Amino acid sequence: MGFLYALIAAGLSLIFGLMEIVNFAHGEFLMVAMYLAFFAWALAGLDPLVSLPLAALGLGALGWAVYHGIIRWILDGPMLAQIFATFGLAILLRSAAQFLFGIDFRTVDEPLLAGRVALGPLFVGVPQLAASVTALAAFVGLYLFLSRSETGLALQATAQDRQAAALMGIDTQRMFALGWGIGSACVGVAGGLLAMFFYIFPDVGAAFALLAYVTVALGGFGNVPATLAAGVLVGLVEAFGGLLLTPALKYSAVFALYLGVVLWRPQGLFGRF
Amino acid sequence: MAPAGTLRPVLTRGLLLAGLLAALAFPAVFTLPFPRHVMIMIFLYGALATAWNIIAGYCGQISLGQAVFFGIGAYTSSLLFRDAGMTPWAGMIAGVALAVGVSQVVGYPVFRLRGHYFAIATIAVGEIVQALVVDWDAIGGARGVFVPIRRPDSLVNFQFHQSKAFYYYIALGLLLLALAVTRRIERSRAGYYFRAIREDQDAAAALGVNVRREKLRALAVSAALTAMGGTFYAQYILFIDPESVFPLSLSILICLVAVLGGVGTLWGPVLGAAVLVPLQEGTRVMLGGTGKALDLLIYGALIIAISVFQPGGLMALLARARTAGSAR
Amino acid sequence: MSLLSVAGVTKRFGGVVANREVSFDVAPGELVGVIGPNGAGKSTLFDLVTGFQRPDAGRVSLDGRDVTGLRPDRISHLGVARTFQKLKPFAGMTVLENVMVGAFHATADVAAARATAREVLEAVGLGDRAEMHARGLSTGQRKRLELARALATRPRLLLLDEVTGGVDQASVPGLIRLVRDLHATGLALLVIEHNMRVIMEISQRVVALQLGQVIADGPPAEIVRDRRVIDAYLGETWKA
Repeated sequence: MGFLYALIAAGLSLIFGLMEIVNFAHGEFLMVAMYLAFFAWALAGLDPLVSLPLAALGLGALGWAVYHGIIRWILDGPMLAQIFATFGLAILLRSAAQFLFGIDFRTVDEPLLAGRVALGPLFVGVPQLAASVTALAAFVGLYLFLSRSETGLALQATAQDRQAAALMGIDTQRMFALGWGIGSACVGVAGGLLAMFFYIFPDVGAAFALLAYVTVALGGFGNVPATLAAGVLVGLVEAFGGLLLTPALKYSAVFALYLGVVLWRPQGLFGRF
Repeated sequence: MAPAGTLRPVLTRGLLLAGLLAALAFPAVFTLPFPRHVMIMIFLYGALATAWNIIAGYCGQISLGQAVFFGIGAYTSSLLFRDAGMTPWAGMIAGVALAVGVSQVVGYPVFRLRGHYFAIATIAVGEIVQALVVDWDAIGGARGVFVPIRRPDSLVNFQFHQSKAFYYYIALGLLLLALAVTRRIERSRAGYYFRAIREDQDAAAALGVNVRREKLRALAVSAALTAMGGTFYAQYILFIDPESVFPLSLSILICLVAVLGGVGTLWGPVLGAAVLVPLQEGTRVMLGGTGKALDLLIYGALIIAISVFQPGGLMALLARARTAGSAR
Repeated sequence: MSLLSVAGVTKRFGGVVANREVSFDVAPGELVGVIGPNGAGKSTLFDLVTGFQRPDAGRVSLDGRDVTGLRPDRISHLGVARTFQKLKPFAGMTVLENVMVGAFHATADVAAARATAREVLEAVGLGDRAEMHARGLSTGQRKRLELARALATRPRLLLLDEVTGGVDQASVPGLIRLVRDLHATGLALLVIEHNMRVIMEISQRVVALQLGQVIADGPPAEIVRDRRVIDAYLGETWKA
């Protein structure tokens, strides 16, 4: 699960690093991706693993559209407007899902991958395992893209210093839109993977989004590689918190971890000072 | 322009007085429960949003954990009433004391954080508290608490089964109290300090403002008013559980009411409540609570529109309309 | 006794030493200039004196009293005010309200604070802008606003970070005159300034920083002849 958290959080982190806006609708993006995967399966018979590129593309387009439709207008607005614009979007998406699809839990039955395998002393579900591996691969891909490709470097330059990047001839508007596209595509992949073994319902994003915020804050906003470590950490704390405490309290353990870390190191575990 | 300058305060005052009289007379005209219920909810959400406005609108600290204080108010008075037979009024005071205490203990470390980090930390606190209450069997856990029903209706028991009129006036009183407190802060040194912190806390500190102490004060006032709202809610609905008084969605709803109306203004939160609550209750009745979430759909769209086009909320729209009107 | 005494103050950020064993004094009523190339640690020094940063070593004292590491608001109440290089107006408040925040130093009474604020605004030449929102001011006016806010706390020592930086040429003489007038009232000032002509003209003493260290401390006439200062800094700017 840690890798999935990391992938979800990476999208969030990318966007924040780029323009210091927290997308509070990130969890709802995940939900949209899961429904996409579900309907690809229900209507076209495509397994979530097969429709993964579709989810990534669809979400990328959504992110791009959200940037141009909403975000670019509030870039220099007050923080309240920034927070509540995406909150509003979250509510809109969630209630739209509820309105269109109802509140029933849906699942993708008979996925391509099923069963469990023994991994040392632990039994792990095959879909979960496949999801972890794919998430990790997507994450590495994202990292390579950001650190090696020209566009990735341009993105990073924009994150470092908007004005300087603009002076260097980088189209920052395009970069921002691209950031939203890529960040959302990450969550698209994560949603597609999650759809293989998790219930799909309108509120599904909430819990994941909260964990994503925690992960991002732990890793230091805007620091994509550190997000991976933080994601794994959150996954572990959640798992062990669930074992040691009652299951209801496992999220509390994660949140307590967050509070402890931000208060001790306000810049996140791995943030540059 | 001279007469207009002297006329305006008189006009405003007259308008306020008329509004107050109308609010007082409302239950006499509308005797059915539903319109009264809608008004009660407007007052309650108006008061809660006004309380949030003090910490977030004036002081600039975007707390997304107001439900913690609401829940504390609701649980404290209800448990004291059920288990110790204490009148909910005393329970309300106990709830306020507890909420203020919690606000200071939590606020002290968390106020070191700024901006988004602070907002997310308040969500984290809220989620932790909710999970703890769910897990705490001695106070009902996830099953919640039924407030014991006492007849006949009495002010001491804070229960009125015959008519909603009493609830109506108590809710109105709560809102007026919240507004009066805000007004007082606005016109005192604290109000200037709060706004200075919102605009730039470093500059405020350089001018001698004890930033953390002022934030804690703002949060204490906000927590106290929110806890009172919690007690009121518990006595009005007579059943509470973690899902109804501690959820993140309540915290966010409180903010949205204020944001819609206009943050950092006295009347914004009331205006926001007056728009959102009827919308919510209206769609609930029309669609019969089928879980279609149409109200939320409209809400979300409204909030995005407000954020993008008019971050000042409806109050800013009104102000613009007024200046346009007087320019003509 | 000196009003402000900085003794052996060191501040590191990660591996970078922003201030290394910086020592100097400011006497009551004295006007001291601080010069140095970008990154010499001037603003960090201000942060250390006003409590926004805590030094890793050394001590800062006011009237002989150790104030090292006190919170900014405490320092402010001891009579030290400052402006910021990157201006920090309370943008959503009116000019008058901005200054009132400083004026609440001495009183909790709103009317009294308003009266003080008006007085100060007149003194800095912003009297006619009192009801404007701070975000509507020009850069030069914002500098004056920032000055007015600081003055409203009735300080004994005022730290000015870049008096003329970023201001159009026409506004410079007015700002300089303002600083001089303030000094004439007996206020002690510590002034960071990039414009060499200005700093040499107004300062009684100049402290030169390079790479976080004090490389010279003396009257302007000596500073301009100091070999190390010329090498470090003046070489290009002074001639230009």
